[in-house]
Amino acid sequence: AKSRSAFGQSVLGLLGAGDLDEDSWTDIEDTLLVADLGAANASEIVENLRAALVAKGVRTADGARAALREVLVDALHPKMDRAVRALPHEVDGAKQPAVVLVAGVNGTGKTTTTGKLARVLVADGRQVLLGAADTFRAAAADQLQTWADRVGARVVRGKEGADPASVAFDAVKSGAEAGTDAVLVDTAGRLHTKTGLMDELGKVKRVVEKRAKVDEVLLVLDATTGQNGLAQARVFAEVVDVTGIVLTKLDGTAKGGIVFQVQRELGVPVKLVGLGEGPDDLAPFEPTAFVDALLS
Amino acid sequence: MFDTLSDRLTATLQNLRGKGRLSDADIDATAREIRIALLEADVALPVVKEFIAQIKQRAKGAEVHQALNPAQQVIKIVNEELVGILGGETRRLNLAKNPPTVIMLAGLQGAGKTTLAGKLARFLRGQQHTPLLVACDLQRPNAVTQLQVVGERAEVPVFAPHPGVTSDDETVTGDPVAVAKQAIEEANHAQHDIVIVDTAGRLGVDEELMRQAANIRDAVQPDEVLFVVDAMIGQDAVNTAEAFRDGVGFTGVVLTKLDGDARGGAALSVRQVTGQPILFASNGEKLEDFDAFHPDRMASRILGMGDMLSLIEQA
Ligand SMILES: Nc1nc2c(ncn2[C@@H]2O[C@H](COP(=O)(O)OP(=O)(O)OP(=O)(O)O)[C@@H](O)[C@H]2O)c(=O)[nH]1
Ligand SMILES: Nc1nc2c(ncn2[C@@H]2O[C@H](COP(=O)(O)OP(=O)(O)OP(=O)(O)O)[C@@H](O)[C@H]2O)c(=O)[nH]1
Ligand SMILES: [Mg+2]
Ligand SMILES: [Mg+2]
Repeated sequence: AKSRSAFGQSVLGLLGAGDLDEDSWTDIEDTLLVADLGAANASEIVENLRAALVAKGVRTADGARAALREVLVDALHPKMDRAVRALPHEVDGAKQPAVVLVAGVNGTGKTTTTGKLARVLVADGRQVLLGAADTFRAAAADQLQTWADRVGARVVRGKEGADPASVAFDAVKSGAEAGTDAVLVDTAGRLHTKTGLMDELGKVKRVVEKRAKVDEVLLVLDATTGQNGLAQARVFAEVVDVTGIVLTKLDGTAKGGIVFQVQRELGVPVKLVGLGEGPDDLAPFEPTAFVDALLS
Repeated sequence: MFDTLSDRLTATLQNLRGKGRLSDADIDATAREIRIALLEADVALPVVKEFIAQIKQRAKGAEVHQALNPAQQVIKIVNEELVGILGGETRRLNLAKNPPTVIMLAGLQGAGKTTLAGKLARFLRGQQHTPLLVACDLQRPNAVTQLQVVGERAEVPVFAPHPGVTSDDETVTGDPVAVAKQAIEEANHAQHDIVIVDTAGRLGVDEELMRQAANIRDAVQPDEVLFVVDAMIGQDAVNTAEAFRDGVGFTGVVLTKLDGDARGGAALSVRQVTGQPILFASNGEKLEDFDAFHPDRMASRILGMGDMLSLIEQA
């Protein structure tokens, strides 16, 4: 199908300076739609491109392609601060670990991302503690334990069915007392529509804050997710004040275009991307590389 | 601005009541609204295009019924077409004439395979079967442990000769194909009439792991290969379904995480592209959160309108 051919290679028919033929416009819109940008958002990007083509008096197919790339990169707000706040800080002269809370719907890659992030920090010479606040899913704490052993981090875990807030609190307390550099708290997957579970997540954060500041709340979104990703992001942001997005499973064929809407509406940047199941498959989010992959 | 397709169509077609027939312009305007609704529901673009062409065809011939307003008339057509695609040939699990029946699960990472394995086991045990769960994911950390816990909850034995990746053993040494093979012997020996094989999550583009899945399939000769797909998946549903169809070949589909508010357009995409029936709907994390698939409910859900259809029934 035309829409699945590599966009970079597709022939853009120009109708003189500043406009394209109908097939080309359809091609461009289709490329955006199959990347999960959403219908409304895709037509907005197309409108922006129309304006850009006219403004620049674009005369070649290459020029049109470059303009599209630019419009897309701009839509990702390339200047946003994407640093992950995972380094310790001083409070009243005492060292406090950075506290990172990892949340999201079921199966997106939270535990894996927690492990990978620990790996990055350990490689930087940091001491890391993982809090196993998923006390619900079968073998969730074991899975985190294996990641901890793999990357050289310590784990604080509770019994199956224990209160996740108290496990998270214990982890942060233990990390602070031991002079740990970062405490990463893995939470159970929960659908944003389940108010009971979302309240529980809110409580995890509030209880942790009794002991230490939460520096970073990472929402883990799966790149295969379609338009529901926006609904997820809205609710999680409301409940725990998300400070960064992690977009996982970008190593597959999914493009992850939902993050355009998520970043814009929440004003929260995508900070990291997951590129596989291994410990080193985590990378910073780079708008231009992301757009190039989307258009390829 | 408008929440549901019916609101949108009502606005588009508000001056039409009783005009007799939809004009071409009405049909185009209607098609645009339906297209947007389907895209918002994550129906894959090629499937949307095909579907819209079909709807246009039918709408052209359709009389605007006196009893219904034109918007409802169109919705009725759309709904019928959706149910037609989603429904055609719904069926139950294929059970083997000579037990054990082998059911293999496959899908992307995190789709809900292991949880589904437990749900199926519990469900089948409740029907006086004697299922055996088989741990063929030797790759995700503690996938085997997870299946063991799930098996305990379902009160169904788990065949797990290899522990997979755990804290004790970081490097994957187990061979899932060998485990699958042994599982059939074990089932024959211990008289299990159903074998449920849980496999590792894999991407469609991962050729090596797709080949492994095909090898597991060849080793156990499944009566059913179920493609497990997350209801929240977007446009990638088509690529993924095609990759699993070509890589392992599946005989049925299970849609998971339907307890959320995703519209689940993937159901339509996967059904349309592969022709395989959707057998079950998974709607929660607990083992009892599991149901047969209902095409009519799914159609209303994709259109984002639960009660509109009952209104039409009355009209
Ligand atoms: N291909 C790929 N797989 C990933 C990536 N991140 C995670 N996974 C896989 O996705 C599956 C789910 O990952 P988890 O880390 O367990 O996800 P989770 O969000 O913790 O899941 P729950 O705790 O059950 O909600 C596992 O099979 C992971 O190996 C990624 O970036 N790429
Ligand atoms: N809300 C909800 N969660 C589900 C459903 N099915 C599975 N889950 C959750 O989704 C997450 C992933 O489920 P798993 O069964 O581990 O998925 P998997 O396909 O085996 O994952 P991998 O083996 O890593 O590929 C877990 O948190 C499950 O509890 C469902 O129908 N609804
Ligand atoms: Mg987890
Ligand atoms: Mg699994």
